[in-house]
Amino acid sequence: MDPLIELSAVTFGYGAAMSLEDIDLHLHPGQFAALVGPSGAGKTTLLKLVLRLLGPTDGRIYQRTRPRVRLAYVPQLETVDWSFPITAEEVALMGIDHRLNMWPWPRGSERRRARAILEQLEIGDLAQRHIRDLSGGQQQRVFLARALIAEPELLVLDEPTTGVDMRSAENIFHWLTDLNRQGMTILLTTHDLNMAAAHVPWVVCLNRRIVAQGPPEQVFTEALLSETYRGDIVVIRQDNMIFAQQRPHAHGYRDVLPQPVAGGLPDHDSPTAVVSS
Amino acid sequence: MDALLTPFQFEFFRNGAIAAVLVGGLCGLIGVYIVLRGMSYIGHGLSHAIFGGAVVAFVLQFNFYVGAGLWGFVAALLINQTVRRTPINADAAIGVVTTASFAVGVALISRYRRFTQSFDAALFGNILGVTLTDVAVIAGVTVLAALLIFFLYKQLLFTTFDAEVAQVYGVATAWVETWFALALAAAIIASIQILGVTLIAAALVIPAITVRLLTDSFHRMVVLSAGLGALSGLLGMYLSFYIDVSSGATIVLLQALIFCFALALVSRRDASTMQR
Repeated sequence: MDPLIELSAVTFGYGAAMSLEDIDLHLHPGQFAALVGPSGAGKTTLLKLVLRLLGPTDGRIYQRTRPRVRLAYVPQLETVDWSFPITAEEVALMGIDHRLNMWPWPRGSERRRARAILEQLEIGDLAQRHIRDLSGGQQQRVFLARALIAEPELLVLDEPTTGVDMRSAENIFHWLTDLNRQGMTILLTTHDLNMAAAHVPWVVCLNRRIVAQGPPEQVFTEALLSETYRGDIVVIRQDNMIFAQQRPHAHGYRDVLPQPVAGGLPDHDSPTAVVSS
Repeated sequence: MDALLTPFQFEFFRNGAIAAVLVGGLCGLIGVYIVLRGMSYIGHGLSHAIFGGAVVAFVLQFNFYVGAGLWGFVAALLINQTVRRTPINADAAIGVVTTASFAVGVALISRYRRFTQSFDAALFGNILGVTLTDVAVIAGVTVLAALLIFFLYKQLLFTTFDAEVAQVYGVATAWVETWFALALAAAIIASIQILGVTLIAAALVIPAITVRLLTDSFHRMVVLSAGLGALSGLLGMYLSFYIDVSSGATIVLLQALIFCFALALVSRRDASTMQR
């Protein structure tokens, strides 16, 4: 099957500094992939190259043109202007192809579709709320609704679970898994290795170049993750689950606090408490 | 009733009032996009840039509207492209492009002193001198700009909210920004005779920020801002007639007063919400 997107030997730099080097990446229809790596690894830059928002400094990017790939993008929440006067429903409606309706107002069918998607994401009752007045998880779902209303073949999400509580993050990954099972191709970036290990079938470890890519069972090893993050990563496998964690460094809180004693933690009046002058 | 109708006995007032309503509404409409893009200063800068273009048109004995319009359009595009393609912020780009353009006008005036007086009107506005031809031009610009915003409404909304993401969803943001720059330049040219270079920025910004205080809906903001701009244009003309003060200044002062009132209202509402 032909890939939707193919990057061959792609290099990208802002000025003289190289952000990405020698990237080879294929995204096939129906694939669900996550880019993981430390901050500054080039994850968002790679997404923007895939979306053709940036052009490569070197190398080649192929995107299927016949028919043209329908794209949708959910950016990082921190890039959103939260003071902009707009409701959840208005954001969702932005995803509708403007070429299908030249009038400024949405058709009844478009409004019903937006409502149905907001309901599906369990935020139907918040449609008329200003986006600033929603929780992190709800805000993320509003932007996911805008993407879904566009009926994309390829859905690209930049850190969809950042600033979101554990339950909401789990829900987001469940929705993404369901969408992928319905045939949608998904590419996302995440800092949540455990969530990626649990839900995403293909992970790409990135730190300016691709360190490794494959199923999480093969790629999430201490050696590969430590190389990706340039740190000491501990990987624990239990009950078919993978947990990855940065090993606390020499001055972690356990080295600083007094050890717990029988009967509870020491209080400030006890002789074991550290008092600074 | 007589007091309301008396000013309309004078042709200068009739022309001026129609022009003030159209210009007020147009500035209120376009101002929404300017304020939400964080480019409030562009009205001030671009009107100064267009002043430079007007002087050049005068020196070359070129039609004022065409010469100043082209100059303003190019200046607006230069600002947009500088912001899009370089790390320079909007305020810095506006500062460089528009002051340089204004300086061209100042330099030419100092070289050709004979027409200094003609440009007093451009700087401070001269609503008494509005002719039927001017009203027709202003009406044409207002209708075209309103049509442009009507048919590009969704694309403009998405581009203003997040231009980069809008591109992914198929919005031709470069074209949208070019059309908007054209509409902005046209609006400023249409407003110069009514408000003057020095007061246009206020007419672009004040209705939009006043309405922003009162609503969280983009659609309502567009309609209310255009309405407030038009209404303050008409009321400002009446006030200016009766208190015998420059009409441009009266319109802007009235808008500023309405803004203060809205601010007080919102501050009071927020304080009572916090007490609950």
